[in-house]
Amino acid sequence: MTLDKILVLIGSVLGIGLTYWFFLMKKEKTVEVISDSVDIVAEGGYQPEVISIKKGKTTKLNFLRKDSSSCLEEVMLSDFKIRRYLPLNETVTVEISPQKTGEYKFACGMNMFHGKIKVV
Amino acid sequence: MTEVKQIFPIKGMHCASCVGLIEKSLTQMPGVKKAMVNLATEQATVTFDSDLCKEEQIVSAVASVGYQAMLEQDMVSEDQERIEKTKELKKLGIKVASSLFLGGLILWGSFPGLTNTAPGILKIFWVQLLLATPVQFWAGWDFYRATIPALKHRTANMDTLVALGTTVAYLYSAFVTAFPNVVMDLGLEAMPYFDVATIVIGLILLGRYFEAKAKGQTSEAIRKLIGLQAKTARVIREDREIDIPIDQVSVGEIIRVRPGEKIPVDGIIVEGESSVDDSMITGESIPVDKAKGDIVIGATINKSGTFIYKATKIGSGTMLSQIIKLVQEAQGSKAPIQRIADMISAYFVPIVIMLAFATFATWYIFGPIPTLLYALLNTVAVLIIACPCAMGLATPTAIMVGTGKGAERGILIKDAESLEIAHKIKTVIFDKTGTLTKGKPEVTDIIALGQVTENEVLALAASVEKGSEHSLAESIVQEADKRELKLTQVTKFKAIAGHGVEGVLDKAQVYLGNRRLMDQEKVSFSSDLAQIEKLETEGKTVMMLSVDHKLSGLIAVADTIKESAHAGIEALEKLGIEVVMLTGDNQRTANAIARKLGITRVLAEVLPDTKASEVRKIQEEGKVVAMVGDGINDAPALVQANIGIAMGTGTDIAIEAADITLINKDLTSVASAIQLSKKTMRTIKLNLFWAFAYNIVLIPVAMGMLYPFFKILLSPILASVAMATSSISVVSNSLLLKRSRI
Repeated sequence: MTLDKILVLIGSVLGIGLTYWFFLMKKEKTVEVISDSVDIVAEGGYQPEVISIKKGKTTKLNFLRKDSSSCLEEVMLSDFKIRRYLPLNETVTVEISPQKTGEYKFACGMNMFHGKIKVV
Repeated sequence: MTEVKQIFPIKGMHCASCVGLIEKSLTQMPGVKKAMVNLATEQATVTFDSDLCKEEQIVSAVASVGYQAMLEQDMVSEDQERIEKTKELKKLGIKVASSLFLGGLILWGSFPGLTNTAPGILKIFWVQLLLATPVQFWAGWDFYRATIPALKHRTANMDTLVALGTTVAYLYSAFVTAFPNVVMDLGLEAMPYFDVATIVIGLILLGRYFEAKAKGQTSEAIRKLIGLQAKTARVIREDREIDIPIDQVSVGEIIRVRPGEKIPVDGIIVEGESSVDDSMITGESIPVDKAKGDIVIGATINKSGTFIYKATKIGSGTMLSQIIKLVQEAQGSKAPIQRIADMISAYFVPIVIMLAFATFATWYIFGPIPTLLYALLNTVAVLIIACPCAMGLATPTAIMVGTGKGAERGILIKDAESLEIAHKIKTVIFDKTGTLTKGKPEVTDIIALGQVTENEVLALAASVEKGSEHSLAESIVQEADKRELKLTQVTKFKAIAGHGVEGVLDKAQVYLGNRRLMDQEKVSFSSDLAQIEKLETEGKTVMMLSVDHKLSGLIAVADTIKESAHAGIEALEKLGIEVVMLTGDNQRTANAIARKLGITRVLAEVLPDTKASEVRKIQEEGKVVAMVGDGINDAPALVQANIGIAMGTGTDIAIEAADITLINKDLTSVASAIQLSKKTMRTIKLNLFWAFAYNIVLIPVAMGMLYPFFKILLSPILASVAMATSSISVVSNSLLLKRSRI
C-alpha cells in the first residue's frame, strides 16, 4: 500500500472515530429548572437540550427559534400532545404539568433534533 | 376613572392553555378589570382603566408570557403562520429558479456531449466558478446556517449532510480551477464538478419547495375549523339589537339569529324555530329542525326561520373550540409505531457521515483509477442521498391528515395511539340504550291487575318514579303528564341500581322494577308470567308495580331503534367485525331488539357496574374490543375497552373516557372510524417502508456496492433527485388519505 493510501486509511478511521465521539458520545448537560419557566433556544438543536423539572409543577417552556431551517419550525412534545409552530425569532410558550416522573422527549417536526425533559 | 374596552389581536396562540395564560397575565395587572381571550378569533378583549394602565403596558404584559398583542394599527388579518410560510415559499422559489438556471448553464458548459453545443464562455472554469459561487453560498446558505449552530451543539441533521456533500464538490472544483497543474501532476484530469454542487443544491431546494407546499396541506383541517367561527353576534340588550364581536358575548346573553346566518356561540333556543345545518361541525348532512328548548351549536348555519336563543357556552367552552383543541392535541400526539423511526433518527446522520468516510477510503484504496475522483464523487453521493426527513415525516403527516379527515366527518380521535389501535378492533360492543336505540323509551302497554285501573297503575308508578333519573322513569312520568294524572307525594324514595325504585305512598310500600327486584322483595308474579313474557318477546321492557308486596300492574316500555343502527351494524359486519349488544334488559327483551338489528351475540341483564367486567371477559378471549356508549353511564366500560367510542350528546364532546367521540351521532361512523384507522395505518406503514427501504437500499448503491458486480454507480445529481422525491412522496402519500373514502 502506498503512503497516500495509508494516510487516507488513517484519516478515514480517525474521521469515523471523531464523528462517533463528536455526535454520539456527547455528555448530557441537564439544566435544572428552579423557577416556573425556562427559555429554550431552537438553533441547530435545542439549548438547553435536557432540562429537569419537578413532578406536578406547572412549568412554562419558552421556545425561541433563531434557526431558519424548516426542520425546527415545529416543536413536538408528543407525551403532552403538543405540536406547536415556532415563528422565527418569536417566543412561543408551552405549559406543561407532568404528573409522573420519568424522561419525556421533545423533537422538531421532522424528528431530527431532540431534547429531553426529566421529571423528578 | 376612564374605563376602556379594547380588542387586541394576539399572535402566537395555539391552544386553550394559551388563552388561560394570557388572561391570567392580564387580570393580574393593576387597572385591568376584565380580560377575555378568544382562541378562534385570536383576540383579547380587555376592559381597563386608562388612567392606571396604558395600551402599551397590556402589550408588554402579553409579551411577557410569550405572545404578541397588537394595537389595532398593527393588526394582521391573516394567520401569521400562513403569511410567513407564503413568504418563505416565495423566497425559496426564487432560490430554486436561480440555482437551477445557473446550474443548468454550468452543466451545459461541462457535461460531456452537451459541452460541444455550449458557447465558449461557459467552458471557462473561472466563469463556472463565478456562476457556482452564488448558488453555493447564497441559495445554499440555509444549509450552512442550519449546520453551523448544529455542529456547535454537536448535533446534525439533513442540512449538515447536504452542506458537507456540496462543499466537498465545490471546494474540489475551486481547487481544480485555481491550481490545474497540481491536479494534473497527480495524474488526474483537471476537471471541476461545479455542475454537481449547483444542480444538487437546486434540486434539493426544489424538493423542499414542493414538500413545504404539501406539508401546509396536512394541517388544513385545523385551519378550516378555525375559519368556521362566526365573527359577530346580534345580541338583544335592553330591548335593542346590537351587533357585537363574538368574544364580547357573555353567558346568558340573548342572541337573535336570522335565516342564512351563522350561529355565533352555543346555546338554547328560547323563542322561535328553524332548521339548522350542522354539517360543518357534526358531518350530519341533513338539516335538523330546532325549536324552543333545543340546543344550538356555534358556527352552524341557521337555514330557514328566525329564533332567539340564550348563550350557554362561549370562548374556549364552545363545541367548536373543544373540537379544535381535541384535533390539535391528537395531531400533537405520537403513534406507538413511530418509536422505531425515533430510535433510528437519533443515530442516522452520524452513521451516514461515518459511511461517507468509509466510502472515501474504500474507493481511494481499492477503487479504479482515477481513485481520488471516484472516492470524491461516491462520498458526495452518499452524503446527498441519505434522507432522514422521509423517516421523520412518515408517521406525523399521516396522523395529521387522518385525524383531520376524521374531524371533517364528525369523528374526533383523542390521540394517535387510539387511531393506531382502532385498526386492530375485532369486536365492537354496543351499549343498547341511548346508543343503538334513541334512549327515549315510551310507554306502550299498561296492564292493571286486581282492583285498580290502568290510570291508577300509571299514576302510582309515575309518583314513585318522579324522583328517579332513569330514562325509563322519564317515559312513565311523561305518559302520566300526557294523561293529566294527579301524582301523589312519595316519601322514603330510593333508587336501587339495576333493579328499580321504591317509596312510600299513602303509607303503602310501593316497588316498581324488574324481575330481580320482585324476587328480592318476594313479590310473586308467576300467575302473570305469560303476559310478561309476551311483552318481553316483543322487545319491550316490562316493569312491575307492587303495592304492599302485591303485584298491582305491569307497565311495558319500548325504546325505538336509531335510524342508523342497521346500516352501522351491517358496515361493521362487512369489515369482518363481530358485533355484541350489551344491555341491562332481561334476556328476552334484549333478544327481541337484537333480532331486529341482526345481532347474534347479546349480553343481557348486565348491571351498570358490571359492564366493564363483561368487556374484560371478551378481551380475555384474545380480542381487541371497542365499546360504544354514551360516555356517561358507561365510562368504566369505555375505559376498560381497548378503544372507547362515545356517541356525543348535546354540546358536550369532551368525554374524558372516550378514545373516539362521534359527534355526528351516526352509528355508521363506528365502521368509518375503524376504516379511517386502517387506512391511516396502511399509509403510515407504506411511508415507513418507503422511507426505510429507500435509505437502506440506496445508501449502499451510492457507496458503490453494485460497482464490482454490475459497474453501477450513482451520480450525485441522481442522488439529489432521489433524495428530493423521497420526502415529497411520503408527504404526498399522506395527503392521498384526504381523498380516500371512509
